[in-house]
Amino acid sequence: MAHILLRHRDIEDLHKFDVYLEHGGYQAFQKCLEAYKPQEVIDIVKKANIRGRGGAGFPAGIKWGFIPKDAEDVYVVINADESETGTFKDRELLEGNPHQVIEGALIAAYAVGARAIYCYFRGEFMDIAAPFEEAIKDLYANGWAGENIQGSGFTCHVYPTYGAGAYICGEETALLASLAGDLGQPWSKPPFPAQSGLYGEPTVVNNVETLANVPPVIVNGPEWYLEMGTDDSPGPKVVCLSGHVNRPGNYEVEMGTTYRELIDDYGGGMRDGRAFKALLPSGGSGPVITADALDAPVSFEGLKPYDSLMGSASVIVMDETTDMVWAALKMIHFFHHESCGKCTPCREGTFWLERVLEDVYEGHGTEKDIQILEDVASNMQGKCLCALGEFATSPVLSTISHFLDEYKAKVHGEAEGATMEADQETPEAAAVA
Amino acid sequence: MGKLREKHEDVIEGLLARYPTKKSAILALMHLAQEEYGHMTQEAMEEVADIVDVHPTHVLSLAGFYSLYYEEPVGKYVLEICNDLACALRGADEFVEMACEKLGIPVDGTTEDGLFTIKTVMCLAACDKAPMLQCNLKYAENLDEEAFDELISNLRAEAEAAGEKPSVVKEVLDYARQ
Amino acid sequence: MSDLVTLTIDDIDVTVEAGTLVVDAAKRVNVDIPVFCYHPKMEPVGMCRMCLVEIGTPVRDRATGEIVREEDGSPRLNFRGLQTGCTVPVSEGMVVRTTTDVVDEARDDIIEFLLTSHPLDCPICDKGGECPLQNLTMRHGAGVSRMEFTNKLKLDKHVPLGEIIYLDRERCIQCARCTRFQAELVDDPVIAFHNRGRRLEIVTNSEPGFDSIWSGNTTDICPVGALTTADFRFGARPWELTPVASVCPHCPVGCNTTLSTRDEARSGGRTVIKRIMPRQNEWVNEIWICDKGRFVHHYADAGERLTRPLIRVDGELVEASWEEALDVVAGRLQQHKGAAAGLAGDRLSNEDLFLFQKLFREGLESNNVDLADARIGGGEVVAQVGLSSESNLQEMGRGDAILVAASDLHQEAPVWWFRIKQATERGAKLIVLNARPTRLDPYATDVFYAAPSELTAVAHQLLNAAKVDVADGEDDPLQAAAAALASAENLVAFYGGEGLTFAETEVLARTLGNLLLLKNEEGANHVGRPNNGLVAVWPHNNTQGAWDMGMRPNLAPGYRPLDEPGLDAAAIYDGAAGGDLRALYVLGADPIGDGLMARRGGLEFLVVQELFLTETAREADVVLPAQSWAERDGTYTSGERRVQRFFPAIPAVGQSRPDWQILAQVGERIGMGRPPFATAILFREIAEAVPQYGEMDYRKLARVVEQWPRVGGEDLYYGGTSYDNQSGVGLQWPSAAETAEDAPEMYDLPPITQQTEAEEDEGGQQAGLKAIETRPLYRAGTLIAQTEMLSRRVVEPSLLLHPDDAARLEISSGDVVTVRADSAQLRLAAAVGEETAPGLALLRGVPLRSGRTTIEITDVEKRERVTERVQV
Ligand SMILES: Cc1cc2nc3c(=O)[nH]c(=O)nc-3n(C[C@H](O)[C@H](O)[C@H](O)COP(=O)(O)O)c2cc1C
Ligand code: SF4
Ligand code: FES
Repeated sequence: MAHILLRHRDIEDLHKFDVYLEHGGYQAFQKCLEAYKPQEVIDIVKKANIRGRGGAGFPAGIKWGFIPKDAEDVYVVINADESETGTFKDRELLEGNPHQVIEGALIAAYAVGARAIYCYFRGEFMDIAAPFEEAIKDLYANGWAGENIQGSGFTCHVYPTYGAGAYICGEETALLASLAGDLGQPWSKPPFPAQSGLYGEPTVVNNVETLANVPPVIVNGPEWYLEMGTDDSPGPKVVCLSGHVNRPGNYEVEMGTTYRELIDDYGGGMRDGRAFKALLPSGGSGPVITADALDAPVSFEGLKPYDSLMGSASVIVMDETTDMVWAALKMIHFFHHESCGKCTPCREGTFWLERVLEDVYEGHGTEKDIQILEDVASNMQGKCLCALGEFATSPVLSTISHFLDEYKAKVHGEAEGATMEADQETPEAAAVA
Repeated sequence: MGKLREKHEDVIEGLLARYPTKKSAILALMHLAQEEYGHMTQEAMEEVADIVDVHPTHVLSLAGFYSLYYEEPVGKYVLEICNDLACALRGADEFVEMACEKLGIPVDGTTEDGLFTIKTVMCLAACDKAPMLQCNLKYAENLDEEAFDELISNLRAEAEAAGEKPSVVKEVLDYARQ
Repeated sequence: MSDLVTLTIDDIDVTVEAGTLVVDAAKRVNVDIPVFCYHPKMEPVGMCRMCLVEIGTPVRDRATGEIVREEDGSPRLNFRGLQTGCTVPVSEGMVVRTTTDVVDEARDDIIEFLLTSHPLDCPICDKGGECPLQNLTMRHGAGVSRMEFTNKLKLDKHVPLGEIIYLDRERCIQCARCTRFQAELVDDPVIAFHNRGRRLEIVTNSEPGFDSIWSGNTTDICPVGALTTADFRFGARPWELTPVASVCPHCPVGCNTTLSTRDEARSGGRTVIKRIMPRQNEWVNEIWICDKGRFVHHYADAGERLTRPLIRVDGELVEASWEEALDVVAGRLQQHKGAAAGLAGDRLSNEDLFLFQKLFREGLESNNVDLADARIGGGEVVAQVGLSSESNLQEMGRGDAILVAASDLHQEAPVWWFRIKQATERGAKLIVLNARPTRLDPYATDVFYAAPSELTAVAHQLLNAAKVDVADGEDDPLQAAAAALASAENLVAFYGGEGLTFAETEVLARTLGNLLLLKNEEGANHVGRPNNGLVAVWPHNNTQGAWDMGMRPNLAPGYRPLDEPGLDAAAIYDGAAGGDLRALYVLGADPIGDGLMARRGGLEFLVVQELFLTETAREADVVLPAQSWAERDGTYTSGERRVQRFFPAIPAVGQSRPDWQILAQVGERIGMGRPPFATAILFREIAEAVPQYGEMDYRKLARVVEQWPRVGGEDLYYGGTSYDNQSGVGLQWPSAAETAEDAPEMYDLPPITQQTEAEEDEGGQQAGLKAIETRPLYRAGTLIAQTEMLSRRVVEPSLLLHPDDAARLEISSGDVVTVRADSAQLRLAAAVGEETAPGLALLRGVPLRSGRTTIEITDVEKRERVTERVQV
């Protein structure tokens, strides 16, 4: 099936302006400018029920609808901070198919009356930003950005902007704070960006992939889009497949594809023919799932029965050799390292969890430590300022609930199920700053 | 007038022009300053503060918060190896050990000749191409011992050869120039 | 008054203004929701998560919008998990629960999290005993720690953020109160968070470290013992301290303070001041004080203090008994009755100054009394159109306007600067008229710079512009500014004396007086109503009181004009020099040291009443040792004309006596009757003699009123550890415009003259290099010298040049220049900075009787360049 999002895989040099134009580029945006009032665009996107690909799955149309109609300065911000462990879909879209992302953003801008679009790249993406920068140059050169676009009277500027290494800046309010030149720390919502975002003005923040979904919807209509995927999660989804599979990589699938299909059909099965053990469906921030969930569909609702979630669909696959305590430690190390420190439970909790988990992993732990891990993690829940703190609890709680035996083995000194030597470099040691 | 203004006046103006407030340009300017000053020196922080009209304390604050800014001197080439979970499942930790051994330095250490610093970092969005690293933000992927040796020798050669070392930061920020 | 909202908190009905936050609403009905990061004077951030409570809001039917009700008719509520009470504004029908198990457990959890990185070194912590974290740990802390001690981070415990403030990284709970105070409230963002997550720490990147005149306040609002002051840390435990109410003696704002005292062995068993902290007075200083008020008190028990009376015996000053000394003074004054005069400083209390003028007017039948250094005039104008009683700058905002002329408030009256800045952030318009840039400018709607000699003229033009119809000429900035002032709902005008002669300050006062008296269409003017009127930025803490007490040669107490005025200071100095004046009584002033008087000249008798052996005292025949403000009681009258009491905190140094008592004892010896045995009695006499004080007595001045936010007391964690006010907020005396039936007449003003000839041909070599005296907060002097900690920040007498002039004259910071000013030769350190205008040099902390002059730089000695870091 031809790609809808990863079209650059079918069309060579699609990142180039003329090539993109050749293949129907900017027709969607033009159609909006000529045929639709802003509200009509919002209604179409609502009808298609394009749900946020950043992880939360919030319907883009509804989000756009929150922007006050009379607002003077409105901003659209493309969230290109992609830093979730195991996520690399936005990177490919930005590098291979930047125009489709920008076109989606321009349509969003038209729909909410924004005068400027900022694309916030994580700093580490400077190496892949050139095509995007080129794209913007060409847009201005050809009158598709800036003053009075294509003589329509609609004016909107497009600017790239760069972070400097902080996962938390993917959280929309932290991103906006960072974009304003402040510490990348989230603020407590309300106010939501739609009310008071960048520079205190109404702001739409959308994920790269979300916006890439918009142009095809405008061209082909919401019905076409609703054909694909599940009732609650229509459309295509780029899944990032990594870990112990033969062919890791991005795969554009229809929502509803099962995790088993992902691993076997797309990923070419488990590496070295080893047995599947578990997978993290949403990088570090979603609870781990085991074999019993493999036939669940990839969709926002699909993993509910298994107390997990699709999130950004960064699927990290682990085989039988994986030490789940080690995996949990890796994840909690990530969150401890990335906690912005603004709120108490996350700042202290992530630190505490990593310290205890390290003890357990290195074999100095006790039964009591497992108890503490569960306690501390659940004490964090529902008390943090932003979702990072919540995310941080899931690797610990979910691995304990699925693999308690491995934890027990660790605290009782039997190296069961664990093939990684306990003396190997621990993340903590690896990251002493 | 500081180094930045001297060498990059028009890039700086271009970056400032991207935003309604000077302060928004601060992260980009700090990237640029780091390229020129090597790391976030007091001089660098004061020049950036001066350009965007904030107190130097604010620049220091950001330098500590964002992991891409170095507050201590680093080697000419900073090798940032991802050993986060997805990469580690594909041998990143072993790769880090190998790299450290080759260069004879610990993580966060710098080689005596001042050429290389090794750091381990969180996910760089290249999990399917592990083991991988970024060298001064340039991606190097699907690495193994051989590829690493080649990378290092190329960098050594580059360092030998006189002239500006290529810089991802400067190339990208150069787009801001009008 | 905005609309009201009713909600229930723990089943108590509460009605508060819309927009009130849940934590504040709860506090109104004495429900304590614990907080750490929230501070009632700052924007909420919801960081610490200590204030988590259950908040329910009524469910409304989507279709009808009606409130959905349960069977029992009560509204159905929608509870969205735990929410931070500090960030959620109240709403109609909201139900807040703060006592449920869920909330209790949440608090336990947050406290446990906070303690995982806390050293629990309360036994040696300065905050111990007045620590929010300690108190809340008692209530919510688990008995034992589940965080093995070995796992605790070891962090630096003695990090100097500068010479004044120390940081204990282990104790810091990252609530950001200090950084937000510095950034949001006082606009000195010189401290900030560094790193992230668990490694967050407070750092500074200023030179000197933590370079802000407000730094001490951060130690009050720090909810733990992380920030401490160099001069108090490890100095005493809070529970050993006796709090004594006082009033800051350093500037006309009259900040309310608390002196914490303790008897200690290391001070020879004496009671000493361990620290000064703000005392809440929402009309004056709220809960803040500047670092000068906080730290400049060590002079009170300095070794150099005079401890016994001194009498000159064949050329030498030798110790004597009070009896001898007082007899000599009384005898010699009477002997020279016809040719005696008195000069006083304006730092003394109302009681002292009242008795001083009484001694001369009644005892010696002479009106020869004046302030030793009256640099600002206009007291009578202030008495008539001054800021009305019941005023509070905190109430000014949108629709109101403030005018500041000829003053650098940030340096001369810091807390006024702060409160005016806050007013502009609430929407008040600010017009500034000065000879040079000051730190008030960034908040001003319009700033007008004029040559010092032109300032009064520009003020006059502003007045004239205000008279024309508001509508037209908006485009002309002066016209627009005038319109803003004239059309303001409330208008307060501040005037100082920077760059002005005494005569000009009087003209300025009258000019602004007329501006306030101008009637708008509705016939309303800006006097006689709260938050309207004139304020003089007096040079000292009780200059206002000095005027009130009749310390001018032409004004009896209560501003009653005299038919036969006495000699003013200038005439007295001349008389002393010339010899036709025989006896001089100098009270709390150092005219010789300040270059106002050349030695004792032809005086037959000179008596000086002082704390220290000043240059004037060295010349005296009799020196009487007085007590500092910390040793006695009395009242000061602030620039807002608020009469406030201060109380004795430490015992007398040596044999020193309160000034009023000494004066009464001299008076007794010249037949003025028995001295009053207490200031309270004395104040009754003042109330009779000064009509404006007629309604006041010591009891009324000690009146305590409920203030918001509630600080101190049980819930230390709320406002920080500044003291609640249990000793009185004082009283503002009413201006004539309030009491008199018919409003004061407009004042006569001199015509707007172009720069006079005289001004023109002042000049010298560097023609055009005019100089004005400026008075930095930390100007060098006897008092501040006793506070070692501030030494790096003290501004030595120096000449500050604009970069242009510095370049032209090839002078750089640190050079030593010889300057001829007003026939005096001065050797001064040179400084270069943007805080002046081209062609205008600042004589920082250099007394300049004329207010301004033209200087000539006769010599420059090059020095190693000292780069002055100008603050951003
Ligand atoms: C800790 C954290 C990290 C996040 N990182 C990202 C990210 O890297 N990219 C992204 O698009 N959204 C990220 N999000 C979600 C954003 O907050 C926001 O919901 C999203 O960008 C909205 O766009 P969407 O509705 O199109 O998904 C993150 C959220 C949290 C709490
Ligand atoms: S939950 Fe973590 S990341 Fe989010 S605000 Fe709190 S400390 Fe920062
Ligand atoms: S979160 Fe409300 S007081 Fe800190």
